[in-house]
Amino acid sequence: MTKLVLRGVERRFGSTLAVAGLDLDIRPGEFVSLLGPSGCGKTTTLRMIAGFIDPTAGTIEMDGKVLSSPAGSLPPERRDMSMIFQSYAIWPNMTVEQNVAFGLELRRISADEVRRRVREMLEVVHMGHLAGRYPAELSGGQQQRVALARAIVIKPSVLLLDEPLSNLDANLREEMRFEIKRLHDEFRITTVYVTHDQAEAMVTSDRIAVMNQGRIEQVDDPHTLYTRPRTRFVAGFIGRSNFIDGTCNGAEIAFDAFAVARAAIVDGAALAGKVTFSVRPQSMRLARTPGPPAGNRPQVEVRIVERAYLGEFWDYVVVPAAGRTRLRVTTPPLEVYQKGETAWLQLDPEQMTPITDGATVTTPPG
Amino acid sequence: MSDQTLSFAGARASGMLRRLDPSMALWIVMIALLIFLVASPTVRLVVASFQEPETGRLTLANYHTAYVNWRHLAALGNSLELGVGVAILAGLFGVPIAWAISRTDMPLKGFVRVMVLGAFITPPYLGAIGWILLAGPNSGWLNRLWVAATGEAHGVFNVYSMPGLILVVAVTSFPYIFVFTNSALDLVSSEMEDAAQVLGAGKLRTAFRITLPMVFPAILGGLIISFLEAISLFGAPALIALPARFNVVATQLWQFFEYPVQVEVAAAYAIPLLVITVLMFWLQRRILGRKGYAAVTGKGGERRMIALGGWRWVMLGYALFVCALSVLLPLSVLLQAAFAKAWGRGFSLDNLTLGNFHYLLFEQTQAQSTIINTFVYAGATAFLAIALSLAIAYVVSRQLVPWSNVLAFLCVAPFVIPGIVLAIGFYAAYAPPPLALYGTGTILVLAFTTRFLPIAYTSSAASMRSINPEMEEAVRILGGGRLLAIRRVLAPLLKKSLAGAWILVFIPAARELSSAIFLVGPNSRVISVMLFDLSEEGNFEVLAALGTILLVVTLIIAAIGFRIIGRDFMLRRSV
Repeated sequence: MTKLVLRGVERRFGSTLAVAGLDLDIRPGEFVSLLGPSGCGKTTTLRMIAGFIDPTAGTIEMDGKVLSSPAGSLPPERRDMSMIFQSYAIWPNMTVEQNVAFGLELRRISADEVRRRVREMLEVVHMGHLAGRYPAELSGGQQQRVALARAIVIKPSVLLLDEPLSNLDANLREEMRFEIKRLHDEFRITTVYVTHDQAEAMVTSDRIAVMNQGRIEQVDDPHTLYTRPRTRFVAGFIGRSNFIDGTCNGAEIAFDAFAVARAAIVDGAALAGKVTFSVRPQSMRLARTPGPPAGNRPQVEVRIVERAYLGEFWDYVVVPAAGRTRLRVTTPPLEVYQKGETAWLQLDPEQMTPITDGATVTTPPG
Repeated sequence: MSDQTLSFAGARASGMLRRLDPSMALWIVMIALLIFLVASPTVRLVVASFQEPETGRLTLANYHTAYVNWRHLAALGNSLELGVGVAILAGLFGVPIAWAISRTDMPLKGFVRVMVLGAFITPPYLGAIGWILLAGPNSGWLNRLWVAATGEAHGVFNVYSMPGLILVVAVTSFPYIFVFTNSALDLVSSEMEDAAQVLGAGKLRTAFRITLPMVFPAILGGLIISFLEAISLFGAPALIALPARFNVVATQLWQFFEYPVQVEVAAAYAIPLLVITVLMFWLQRRILGRKGYAAVTGKGGERRMIALGGWRWVMLGYALFVCALSVLLPLSVLLQAAFAKAWGRGFSLDNLTLGNFHYLLFEQTQAQSTIINTFVYAGATAFLAIALSLAIAYVVSRQLVPWSNVLAFLCVAPFVIPGIVLAIGFYAAYAPPPLALYGTGTILVLAFTTRFLPIAYTSSAASMRSINPEMEEAVRILGGGRLLAIRRVLAPLLKKSLAGAWILVFIPAARELSSAIFLVGPNSRVISVMLFDLSEEGNFEVLAALGTILLVVTLIIAAIGFRIIGRDFMLRRSV
């Protein structure tokens, strides 16, 4: 299994900086997603790993050997990687079988062995019965499976995927997410997966690198990334969040209309001055009456300002009776409040995460 | 999995620099060839126009000889008159037919389209010969009909005149205007016209106030092409203007090549043609690129045909009249002559013979080699032009070298160089030692390749764009090099459109006269040149037979094109 290391990788196109000094260690057999909005440099990074683009600074190393550097790069055909493209790039002039066999034939493997491995691989992706078909005769999902088979059959040291599911319809996309996950569990190939879809990244990945404006904002496993976002961008891009400002004041952190004990907040002792916190809408609860005091959980009297019913939950915007901060809270479908009603908001300090950057990203619209 | 992975990575991991891509040598050769073909002759042409023939010193004497001479100036004036006349007449022919086919319910559209395609395929000099047989003074068919019908002593038609020449060139160049107008009209949605009619405009008013103005830039583009085609044409003017005792630029240039050859003066005299062409193309781009005609650039909405009522027969009558002038009449008299013992004896059984073809194919040895030359050169030209343009299109689309856009420009630049001008440039660059290519088949193939490179390049670049680069990247990431990707994936995917491009180059190359006439030698004659020589001898029966052979082969190749790429492949606007 292969270890992939990116050190200070940078790529300029003319005067624009597409990728700005990226550091990333990918462990042997790990599945890492590059997640971010379009134009964040994720595809450029992937194409640099593949060798289609040279970095303008920094190096890319595989098992300690330098693959790419500004001085020169190993061309893609000598990297022993494989890639799944956004368009699948299934060659329409070859049958399914010929497509999958192509990479093996280049490796000078005996014809019998090639046939055996292709058969085996097509069975794995449930395409054995369509081996003789041409790509034009396949559905989008089937083409996707051929692309997977073609990429995996050569047992590459690194597998790269460039938004492979973005051309599929919603149901198929969900199915293929798990298919990709399953294939990774089976073959344990070191994998880099580029996507702008957080759900895709969360289902498939061991770790997710969230990218923004050519930089990695945070690399963590999906659970940590969601519960402990370190930057405003990450908190806003993965799920939805409230951003509230607090001021450190002795043993307390004071917010608009309420305060939280510093000790209740994870790593709260290290904070100082003004701090912004990310608070997930589902980490708070609404109640008609104040509950019994529960440890360090503050309760605030709020007014319901807006509400929307989304089927799986209610979405409320509330404002503290004594303050002005608008907070978004979700509740189960049966907890119904009217607009203008007052209620009690219960916060969980353990789920309040301090944001460490000053990036001005507004709360995404709900 | 790791054992195989390791051996593979280990075997291939040597050699780091991507700069040493093994395909690089091929690209460099292709780029050198492109410069050899396009840049060098053009530069030589301009340089030669400022040089003394013997010493090579800089001088303006060539320009003095070329322009301080009223006959030479008159030829320039004649060319402009011819160009403007042709553009107007061809517009009158092409625009109504394009409108009728694109927007109305005129009957027999398919037939009219085939006729327009026929006019497109017919070489202008064959049309000219047809018209000499039709409207030659006294003996021409139309004149004999006139005499028979009116009882007068002399016919009224005389093809050997400026109006005659304008007509002859217009009937072969109106398809350009047709193509431009038709493709623009096909993009105008019916809703635009409905909007005018809802407000109370009649059909005719809608056509003139709404539809035509919307496609006006395209029409203007077509007119400019017709104009340029007319001023750079050699064959038809040589056949008609010379007997009529006037010169145009093309025929005057040819006279500079008679003994003693004055290449430098010819070069100086060719410069205005080059300048006008470049300017007009620039103007055309400006007009066609103008914003605000969303209908021309956007996708057409729903389209319905306009019901013309009884007028559709009038429209059909006009279309058939133009078809008769451009294809039916000239080709029928040409065919008659090809199968006649003497064309003047008319359409009778005892006048029928295959002797002309027998003579050409089996008796006259020179004719055989001429016919073979023509198709071998055209085929070689098509292969070379496509191989070169494909390689360059590849280099440009993958940006393999810096300034690759300059290469794209060089590929389409010959478009603005008239054939005769190009030929003079080739003569100046490659006729003298060390290459001394004058009179060889090689120089013809090279000149034709340059001349039709833009056609090949537009096709190649378009088909290259239609293929997702990921197709090729998928090969490379799996371990195949560039050349393998081209051989196993790109080439098979491009096969069909390249076959079409091959035909699009082959057809004009097979009939090319303008550049051939300056570069042929005794052993490299082609059909177009031989036709020209035969017309000087007045041997119209053999000439017509030879023209028929050229047309038949062209038609067969065009029919194959139909099968491969679809009915309209030649009538599509590609530039």
